[in-house]
Amino acid sequence: MEDVKVIDARGSYCPGPLMELIKGIRQEPVGTTFEVWSSDAGSAKDIPEWVARAGHELVQNTEDEGIFKVQVKKLR
Amino acid sequence: MKKIVILGGGVGGTIVANQVARQMGQELRNHELEITVISENPNHVYQPMFLYVAFDQVVPAEAQKPEREILDRHVKFHVGSADRVDRNAKAVIMQDGTEIPYDYLVIATGSRPAPEQIAGLELGGYIFYTEEGALKLREALHNFQGGRIVVTVGVPHKCPVAPLEFTFMVQEWAKVRGLADKTEVVYTYPIGRLHSLEPVANWAAPVFEQRSIESHIFFNPENIDAQNKTITSLEGETLNYDLLVAIPPHMGQDVIGRSGLGDAGNWIATDRHSLRMEGADDIFVLGDATNLPISKAGSTAHFEADVVASNLVNLLRGGLGSVRYDGKVFCFIETGLKNATYIQFDYTHPPKPQEPTEMIHMFKLAYNRMYWLTPAGVL
Repeated sequence: MEDVKVIDARGSYCPGPLMELIKGIRQEPVGTTFEVWSSDAGSAKDIPEWVARAGHELVQNTEDEGIFKVQVKKLR
Repeated sequence: MKKIVILGGGVGGTIVANQVARQMGQELRNHELEITVISENPNHVYQPMFLYVAFDQVVPAEAQKPEREILDRHVKFHVGSADRVDRNAKAVIMQDGTEIPYDYLVIATGSRPAPEQIAGLELGGYIFYTEEGALKLREALHNFQGGRIVVTVGVPHKCPVAPLEFTFMVQEWAKVRGLADKTEVVYTYPIGRLHSLEPVANWAAPVFEQRSIESHIFFNPENIDAQNKTITSLEGETLNYDLLVAIPPHMGQDVIGRSGLGDAGNWIATDRHSLRMEGADDIFVLGDATNLPISKAGSTAHFEADVVASNLVNLLRGGLGSVRYDGKVFCFIETGLKNATYIQFDYTHPPKPQEPTEMIHMFKLAYNRMYWLTPAGVL
């Protein structure tokens, strides 16, 4: 499996997991895959929603013992 | 003699210096310990005042004091620009070649606005995150005769409540100036609600409706056409504006990049509890300089500085330095020109916004004047 950049946003109420992902996407090159860790169930919904609007790829969306792990690949 | 070097003379670095100095005065006087603060600015700047500068409520001189006057007299203050941190030599190398050795290094370099990351922003928009930017916006607001004010938000940014505060304040300001019927206030936000904190977003939504503030969510500014006065998001939405006010994206400081200590944005990988740089026992990081997923705010730096100072004192006295940071953040939120609220949260406790009151607003204004007690290590 290719390298994945983990964004550990557990316990992040502000700026929050999605904003942390946007930060990562803004600063890393096209083709980078991120895995956002969130303790907020809302991330499993709002991250995919933004990813679709922004034209990136949702690779995986899973839950592991209360931690939501969302993998996203930067496409543009 | 043990040497603590603190890179950065903002709120976090100054609190660490003063708290350690206060607790280890004897060691400082006996020359068993030396504390040096490095800053390229001889003045300490209280950045939240820039918001009020934009509305001509205070002037920049009220937002700064000489750092030397705030620091404990036993703390050395070195004014100059750091070129890099040399971890092998355990020294900060200054641009003039001076080497400042350390046993423990505290990196408190903060962040810098990076408006250049959004095409056209420097030409087509205003920011209030620097003294120069706040003064330009003050002029633009002074000359404003009505129109469409668009507030947009880059990522990552410091002071996460500033977008809402500016929006509420400018809406009331237009009303007070008699421009309300000629002015539209438009708010954009990068994610799918009005603020990253869900309780704050839920509180703000009806206030926006009541005050007729237009909002566009999932809006990450990508391109500004200064000539045609339009802003386009990376999600593909374009808005017209007459006055564009941006919360700019931020970066870690360039010295972090030159030292090879940060990621692509010059943020330093930091343990969320110990506040030590990952893989380093002798380097602490606090405030905006970390890569932690918490608010870039003065209060964050303040609470982190308490932890770092405690651990430094403990380590120097033979302890393990195991005090942990719990993610605590506290922010006032101005909800207009006369009322304010506040939020407090940590890694495990979400915030619960209180009903805005005039008393909290008055306290915020009072704190703006009392702020100097915070870096002094008193408040």
